[in-house]
Amino acid sequence: MMSETLMYVAVLGLVVLTAVTRAFFFLGERPMSLPDPVVRGLKYAPLAALAAIIVPDLWFVQGHAPTAWQDARWVAAPVAAAWAWWRKDMLSTIVVGMAVYLALKLGVGW
Amino acid sequence: MGRVAPGMMAWGLVTGVAMTTSGLPLRVVLCMSLTVFAASAQLSAVPLMLAGAPLWVVWMTALCVNLRFVIFSAQLRPHMMCLPLPWRLVAGYLSADVTYVLTVHRHADSPPASPDAPAPLAYFTGAAVVNWASWNVAALVGIAFAAQVPADWGLAFAGTLALLALLVTLLKDRVSAVATTLAGVTAIACHGVPFRLHIVVAVLVAVGAGLWMDRTLSTRARA
Repeated sequence: MMSETLMYVAVLGLVVLTAVTRAFFFLGERPMSLPDPVVRGLKYAPLAALAAIIVPDLWFVQGHAPTAWQDARWVAAPVAAAWAWWRKDMLSTIVVGMAVYLALKLGVGW
Repeated sequence: MGRVAPGMMAWGLVTGVAMTTSGLPLRVVLCMSLTVFAASAQLSAVPLMLAGAPLWVVWMTALCVNLRFVIFSAQLRPHMMCLPLPWRLVAGYLSADVTYVLTVHRHADSPPASPDAPAPLAYFTGAAVVNWASWNVAALVGIAFAAQVPADWGLAFAGTLALLALLVTLLKDRVSAVATTLAGVTAIACHGVPFRLHIVVAVLVAVGAGLWMDRTLSTRARA
């Protein structure tokens, strides 16, 4: 384990790194022009990033490929997605999804 | 943002619990949780710090984990340039996946933010502040009650559901549905890639596929 002082140095570095990477393209003053196709293509980036975060979270079990098909998430997530599509509401989607998930997990023992 | 906040709070709670139970000194956990506003960077740094990895390894890992935000920052740039540099850094610090997705979608066709038309920047700031506050409160609760939060509540799943709801409500046309599906499949296929770079790869694949579909469809429409 690192010494505690070194840990604080590490944390400080993480703060700076986070701010700089996340502000990367708006740090410079000079006008920046990305090629036009890139700009148009980037409109697909936000939803792609969401999918890339969500899908592995749903598919993998503790980071490993699934071995059983009885997974409460695989029922709860499609139900929640259908609900979100129908109602266009996030809070109730979380409630519905969690209800299905917990019912299967705690009730049926999946 | 208010509607996504419950999901983000569930995630903040889980992150707080995970960091507290990791074995890092509590003071360091508190300091990190309150200052580093980057869950995946925090969670990947903790085991490295515990293992006594060199500082540059910890930082390089965080850099890679944050790489997707470099792409995001290109899209946020037009709305940020009316701010002075220190505030642009603060804005970068506060931007997160949800803030970015909401702002870019809401203001896809808005002109760059300026003192006369501050709406995109105001929207970003509002979302970022709500996200920052709810995340930190939840993480602190997670740290305080780490021992009492049972693992089988599936709280992390609530966070995933919030993002799923966001994704579904934002899907509008067929091309982005295909591009998004492709991103999901790519993310699973590249899961072995270290540093959460599977997200970056998936975004690049979706952008490429989206552009290709746009071009093919427009040539067909002209023919």
